Amino acid sequence: MKSVYFDHAATTPVDARVLAAMLPYFSERYGNPSEIHRLGREARVAVEQARAEVAAALGAGEKEIVFTGGGTESDNLALFGYLQRFAPGHLIVSATEHPAVMEAARALNRAGWAVDFIPVDAQGVVDRDAYEQAFRGDTRLASVMFANNVVGTIQPIAELARIAHDKGAAFHTDAVQAVGSVPVDVTELGVDMLSLSGHKIYGPKGVGALYVKRGTRLTPMIHGGGHERRLRSGTENVPGIVGLGVAIGLATAAIAEVRPRLEALRDRLARGVLERIPETRYLGHPTQRLPGNVSFTVRYVEGESMLLQLDTHGFMVSSGSACASGSLEPSHVVLALGLGAEEAHGSMRISLGRENTAEEAESFLDVFPPIVEKLRQMSPLYVKG
Amino acid sequence: MYTDLVMDHFSNPRNVGEIEGADGVGQIGNPVCGDVMRISIAVDDEDRIADVKFKTFGCGAAVATSSMVTEMVMGKSLTEAAEISNKAVAEALGGLPPNKMHCSNLAADALHLAIQDYLVKSGREAEVEQILTALPKVHAPSSH
Repeated sequence: MKSVYFDHAATTPVDARVLAAMLPYFSERYGNPSEIHRLGREARVAVEQARAEVAAALGAGEKEIVFTGGGTESDNLALFGYLQRFAPGHLIVSATEHPAVMEAARALNRAGWAVDFIPVDAQGVVDRDAYEQAFRGDTRLASVMFANNVVGTIQPIAELARIAHDKGAAFHTDAVQAVGSVPVDVTELGVDMLSLSGHKIYGPKGVGALYVKRGTRLTPMIHGGGHERRLRSGTENVPGIVGLGVAIGLATAAIAEVRPRLEALRDRLARGVLERIPETRYLGHPTQRLPGNVSFTVRYVEGESMLLQLDTHGFMVSSGSACASGSLEPSHVVLALGLGAEEAHGSMRISLGRENTAEEAESFLDVFPPIVEKLRQMSPLYVKG
Repeated sequence: MYTDLVMDHFSNPRNVGEIEGADGVGQIGNPVCGDVMRISIAVDDEDRIADVKFKTFGCGAAVATSSMVTEMVMGKSLTEAAEISNKAVAEALGGLPPNKMHCSNLAADALHLAIQDYLVKSGREAEVEQILTALPKVHAPSSH
């Protein structure tokens, strides 16, 4: 059986060119970048070259890039690191943030910060008026994700950042899903901080970066030898950082070619699902969305059972159902769009990557409707009408 | 995360459907929680389960436990069927992931409700407590 990977928002395979660039830094060029001997200098050069590559991909300065252990750490460093020097005040985040921001905000809330979770409309776009009205005199930071990991909606980040600045607050965006998929330029966006991750862009797991605009003061969360300009102590993950640098360069350069191809595949899949299966609903924004995200709900069936059935047919997808996520609640993102819990349990996400083909999409559209029909026949909620 | 036996029951579920004119029907769960199981039974003159079918909305564990319980009770006496617990169903499947034990492991409860329904419908209410020692509480959505 042919296996088809449709879960690139979860993670991506490491690009062969990325892996080749990383390998020497495990065994031959294993130096510690803090040492001044030859091996140490080689490692330092490699780390700084990667920093330049990440900076170039984002339109940032090299000194504005901090390497971290991944997207979640970047988000935590942004929120905790930025707010540390203030007395507890007010924080704004959107209702559809990734848990890395959501749970960090809740932890800050427990530490005395007031937090507003700004609602989104039915297509997942942040309610601009509610956002603007949420700012208070003591609002220090607003954090809104660039593109949603579940439903793919892309937020008007430049506008949201400008509003935050007008109100005297700083602005952070979790761009883990956006970087490498759509153009991301920190100068055009006007953000103060931006998180990204290696393994979503055909790079390695366990490495990420935080863009910190010059002049934005952060307090470190990890203390030690003062690495990463004191913001993130710990000997650098040199192979991972090298991999991230190569990966972001390759992914960014490929956007112009990959994006239209994925958008065509995405729209074909969405149309196919909605046409071939009654009582399905497309989630997220029809056009302002990630090129590879196809997210929808199927009534009367539960997401994990669809996911498992597809898996036995070779298709690997994701679901926002409670069971698939390991919690008792369906995806907070799907609920935030205004769907009821019952429908949210039947949510499914396909996230395409550059190696996916039109044949795979057609094959999915042949395999999926009978799976849904089988599960609906088994469902006590389904009355064929 | 699932045993081969769970996957087998999930992929090839046994006794799917609804018995027309069933002697007893039991339903448990709530679509808000993501699991609904309905079990219908036909009972013969000797108080044995002559036929049993299920319909389930839910995850892999919910489908597999429903399928397994129908296999376990087919041909059994009502008393024997009443003794089957959710835990026994999970054990017969070779175990379930810990997070599935609570919300997706209700098939035996649905069966017990079907037996209760049968007893009540056939005027044997007095026997309900005697046969069914562990009747499930019907879950309200707020309990999750």
